[in-house]
Amino acid sequence: MVDSAALSLVLLLSAVGAATVEKVNYDYYKYHPMPEISNWMTQTAQDHPDVVTIVDYGHTYENRKISLLKIGLSTGEKKKVIWMDCGIHAREWIAPAFCQYFVRQILQTYKTDPKMEEMMKNMDFYVTPVLNVDGYIFSWKDNTTRLWRKNRSPGTSSCDCYGTDLNRNFDANWGTIGVSYDCCSEIYCGSKPVSEPEAQAVTDFVGSRKDDFLCFLTIHSYGQLLLVPYGHPNFTADNYDELMEVGLAAADAIRGVHGKNYKVGTSPAILYPNSGSSRDWARQQGIPFAYTFELRDNGTFGFQLPEDQIQPTCEEAFTGALHIITYAHEKTFNGATAATAALWTMLLAASVTGANLM
Amino acid sequence: MGFGIIVFLAVIIGVLGSPGVTSRPEAAASADVSAHPNSVPETPEIFGQEKVLVLEEVEEDVMMTGELNPNQYPAQRAAKVVQHYLNTCYGSPYRVIGLNRVHSGNAQDVTDSGRKFQLEISVQDFISNKTEKCSAEVFFPSGGQQRSPQVHASCEELPKINTQAQEEALYQKYKTNQSRLSAELPDSFGHIDPDMEPLWHLGTVASSFIMLNESTENTLYNMAQVANITQLATENEQLKFDYHILLHEMVSQEIIHWKLLFTWSPPAGVKVLQMEQLPHSHHHEPLNTR
Repeated sequence: MVDSAALSLVLLLSAVGAATVEKVNYDYYKYHPMPEISNWMTQTAQDHPDVVTIVDYGHTYENRKISLLKIGLSTGEKKKVIWMDCGIHAREWIAPAFCQYFVRQILQTYKTDPKMEEMMKNMDFYVTPVLNVDGYIFSWKDNTTRLWRKNRSPGTSSCDCYGTDLNRNFDANWGTIGVSYDCCSEIYCGSKPVSEPEAQAVTDFVGSRKDDFLCFLTIHSYGQLLLVPYGHPNFTADNYDELMEVGLAAADAIRGVHGKNYKVGTSPAILYPNSGSSRDWARQQGIPFAYTFELRDNGTFGFQLPEDQIQPTCEEAFTGALHIITYAHEKTFNGATAATAALWTMLLAASVTGANLM
Repeated sequence: MGFGIIVFLAVIIGVLGSPGVTSRPEAAASADVSAHPNSVPETPEIFGQEKVLVLEEVEEDVMMTGELNPNQYPAQRAAKVVQHYLNTCYGSPYRVIGLNRVHSGNAQDVTDSGRKFQLEISVQDFISNKTEKCSAEVFFPSGGQQRSPQVHASCEELPKINTQAQEEALYQKYKTNQSRLSAELPDSFGHIDPDMEPLWHLGTVASSFIMLNESTENTLYNMAQVANITQLATENEQLKFDYHILLHEMVSQEIIHWKLLFTWSPPAGVKVLQMEQLPHSHHHEPLNTR
């Protein structure tokens, strides 16, 4: 009796032990529904307890948590921050896939790559794999919902469609251009600036410590573009030249990975004018390096990018994002001037990609 | 690699100029910036505390007439129209043409008539991967009545690659078939059954007639998905299809549903019989439905 009880206990304990110690091999090259992404976030924080914590910083209209992974080596000091968000538009599934890949990459490389380790010491990475959680879940519902873009807040008494375009809802020239006031439109900017809880979450969290942020990268698809502020054609960021220089260098680095061309410019110049975007808001808050990434492709598959393109897309986007992040880091921490910082990062890009420069 | 690095460094220093000065990138990389003679030199602020947006001079004018910046949207949108046009002319289940890049462009207002674009572009055959250069002209008529753009294009090679055997085989395969073919090309994960790829390409080609028709200077169309395919009885040696397709219009970000009735055969190519925009009732949902 005692023996079998002891045996059962041992078996139970080893099963529990196995469950907590075993690392599930997460497939970064498949699209994952929200529950799997949430589990992955929990698992990632568990696997790297000294470096990763989950921060819940808001809730969606349907009352789901909006969470980010805070990644960095604890120094006990207040650190500078790199912000990355994905999935502000539900149908752009490659974006959340990239955020997850990005997290995996930096966690994998910081132990062996001294530059990454240095960046993890000096900065924290705040990565939101899915910002528009309700919309993302809705896009997984069935084949009629796959191309949903907005969040899931209801319409008004006079307009019976769901959803506000979160990337038109931020308080940055809100409602002026590139928007619709028709709640049925895909670019409906909402009833007022930051009317949406998802936009509110970012505004509150980032806004409360905006001076700490060096980069604000917001990830979208499709179009193969790096967009710099501002979306309104009458306004120019005071560091426009620098944003373009760094962006063009990032696009060169991207091209070095798989040959894909990403165009660089302001929204009004290379895509369309718009207002109320998170990128514009971030730049207005004073965050110097604010970029929108539009990932693959150019329209062949559009939002429904095949899973066999997840890996190459993530690889090239990572190179581009890292270029911008490294530049911002070098400028802030290694006393480099703009010119030499760009030089340094170009060297880095060359050595990393082994690109044929000549 | 060592010598190359030295040369590279020399080039970079030459391009970037002296440190401490934010230089305007005059050399064309992938995006040209028009030099603005009256700009006020700014003190580069790392953490600019911009609370108030100052109305400044536009740093990057979008050139709408005269010589165009090939990376800016006017040339890009016009070039996309050329893509649609080329697909209506040369597209087949085994030939789909995509825009590769815009090399140069020029636009002129035609008084009381519209705007005309001249473009030098490269296009790519999606299946063979061959790229080639084309010269094209796109005329967007103005005026109240919605009229389609007019396109002329000449390319170096098109049509060249011989897809005749494959087209014939496809034709024979479907000649005696008549049914609803399960579609959704691509599916939510971007997947398309290899067997269905030719019908996906056919959808792109047929959609190009709609996209060409509907395009203006303010639109950018791509086919998002073939939602449904019904094959009808073969008529006059032509395969006949009823497609439900979804178009994505980039500027409005709308997904627009169209019903397309068209025929195809290797010798005749795609002939559109009917196109009908479908109302998207999906947008309107009664509240409290989950």
